[in-house]
Amino acid sequence: MKKRTLLQAAACATLVSAGPLAWAQGAPFKIGLILPMTGQQATTGRQIEAAARLWIAQNGDTVAGRKVELIVKDDTSLPDQTRRLAQELVVNEKVDVLAGMGITPSAMAVAPIATQSKTPLVVMAAATSSITEASPFIVRTSFTLPQVSVALADWAPKNNIKNVVTLVTDYGPGIDAEKYFKERLQFNGGKVPESLRVPLRNPDFAPFLQKVRDLKPDALFVFVPSGAGAAVMKQFGERGMDKAGIKLIATGDVTDDDQLNDMGDVALNVVTSHHYSAAHPSPANKKFVEAFQKANRNLRPNFMAVGGYDGMRVIYEALKKTGGKGGGPALVEAMKGQIFESPRGPVFIDAQTRDVVHNVYLRKVEKKDGQLWNVEFDVIKDVKDPGKTK
Amino acid sequence: MLTILFDGIAYGMLLFILALGLAVTMGLMNFINLAHGAFAMAGGYITVLLMQRAGVPFLLCLPLAFLGAALIGAVLERTLYRPLYRKPHLDQVLFSIGLTFMAVASVDYFMGSTQQFIQLPQWLRGRTEIGSGAWTLGMGHYRLFIVAVCAVLTLVLQYILSRTRFGSRLRASVDDQRVAAGLGINVNIVFLSTFAFGSGLAGLGGALGAEVLGLDPSFPLKFMIYFLIVVAVGGTSSITGPLLAALLLGIADVAGKYYIPKMGAFIVYLLMIVILIWRPQGLFVRQGGKA
Repeated sequence: MKKRTLLQAAACATLVSAGPLAWAQGAPFKIGLILPMTGQQATTGRQIEAAARLWIAQNGDTVAGRKVELIVKDDTSLPDQTRRLAQELVVNEKVDVLAGMGITPSAMAVAPIATQSKTPLVVMAAATSSITEASPFIVRTSFTLPQVSVALADWAPKNNIKNVVTLVTDYGPGIDAEKYFKERLQFNGGKVPESLRVPLRNPDFAPFLQKVRDLKPDALFVFVPSGAGAAVMKQFGERGMDKAGIKLIATGDVTDDDQLNDMGDVALNVVTSHHYSAAHPSPANKKFVEAFQKANRNLRPNFMAVGGYDGMRVIYEALKKTGGKGGGPALVEAMKGQIFESPRGPVFIDAQTRDVVHNVYLRKVEKKDGQLWNVEFDVIKDVKDPGKTK
Repeated sequence: MLTILFDGIAYGMLLFILALGLAVTMGLMNFINLAHGAFAMAGGYITVLLMQRAGVPFLLCLPLAFLGAALIGAVLERTLYRPLYRKPHLDQVLFSIGLTFMAVASVDYFMGSTQQFIQLPQWLRGRTEIGSGAWTLGMGHYRLFIVAVCAVLTLVLQYILSRTRFGSRLRASVDDQRVAAGLGINVNIVFLSTFAFGSGLAGLGGALGAEVLGLDPSFPLKFMIYFLIVVAVGGTSSITGPLLAALLLGIADVAGKYYIPKMGAFIVYLLMIVILIWRPQGLFVRQGGKA
């Protein structure tokens, strides 16, 4: 009896003391983070959420006098779910910023809501070029597929890879990758004798790889969503294509840092182009990787994590710039033109396109201390999304 | 050319092992078990866990995957499936699809949704090539291994069903439970072991397929269509039906994707439609047999 009274008294005391304080601070600044936390794309959600929480842990949860509140919702990467959740977050929770978006269709589904409600939408993963054009309130901190594919098409001809067959998954990002790689390679004097598209739910890559083998190109360019990449690589090795003199080049999704170690030695020497590698040799990245692994039971951050981490920075900086006032149009305005040093290197949010401009690196999978890493060996600086230059 | 044929056969054989258990439960026991893929997934994950965590060699994992999935099948048969045998097919469909979703969610929860990898032993990784030019026959050792396992399985199963006492008891129990029970056959035991065996086959298929098809929690949903196509086209009253159907589909799928990559993904469905229009009962249904 005595104990209960004591507890009640304590509860009352906290309420009384906390109440006015909370009022004084004003309403919290709410960030609605919609991510695939379950289902096929769940690693994306897991990485981005971990990165966002890491950013908050490192930079505090109060910005310009306002408490930042992160609301994470799982859309299982179904666009209609994403749309419903975004609606709920905007109408019921009155979030100040929407963020996340694991896949392109999700981002596209939410774009009209961002426009109508004038809520900034920070895209942290989806990478089809046209996303930022879907709404003036979209700002992207991940990357675009044209960016990374074009970089590879610039690098290849200089390294005696002129005849390349492309193999992409048949959906938005894949078609982007195919189109921009092909155009740039042809512009650089290369040839693309065949462009193969595999269905999104493709059980077996054997027929496609056999076709490539029979065409005998200098290299095979691959974009598949992370996860399927390992299967392509394994079968590529087993078919003896490397021995037949065909190289495997790909966008960095294929050698995703999240899974690279489990892929085993088949991944060795695969050349990829991407904007982020956990092995990026900069002090900022070393700090980021260390902190990330410490907070997440040694999980290695991948390019999704860095998209989430930088997305949080962009939101924080924008809130600071508006003096804690927020407001959709003001926030978007404040996000435009931000320049900062990210774990991936220098990053610039292009004011015109609201899309990310960053370095694209060429990397090769190497073994270091018994682990596989994407080791960068070349860089193409400040790559603007080629999809926007009309 | 021959390589494509070989790849197609290997792929078809894999589909066959995966779908065989379904043909057994659906055709012989007359139970629509859409959760079949979940047993296949269980086999795959048993293999992954044993190899990654316990370092069990791959070859030993295969029988263990079979036994593991069979055990799960037996337990579920006794507890969940048995009451549903006499329910309408719609109930069975709803129940088993629900079970599939539960399996997907729980694997997602416990194992995470990342793609799982297995490392094959060195001797299964290579490749042998015979001949040259257009008639080159390139055989991946692992695919060769799948074909061999599948051939052995087919022979054994065919033997069990048509030649052994258990086979006749099973057929008797399916055709008329009451009379079979009256003759002193323990119908429950027969059904239990058949179901467990079917699940075990699925588990084995999942273990073999993890390398080629990939393994993640959405496995049962991803491949449900393929199982169903094999069983629908092949008919469910014999083993040879699904076998030939699986081979046909495997070869058509691989060849279609090779020769007309733009159309490739639809060839399988096209073939299924044509066959089912031509023979709605499936390709190989015995006259007077149960459809």
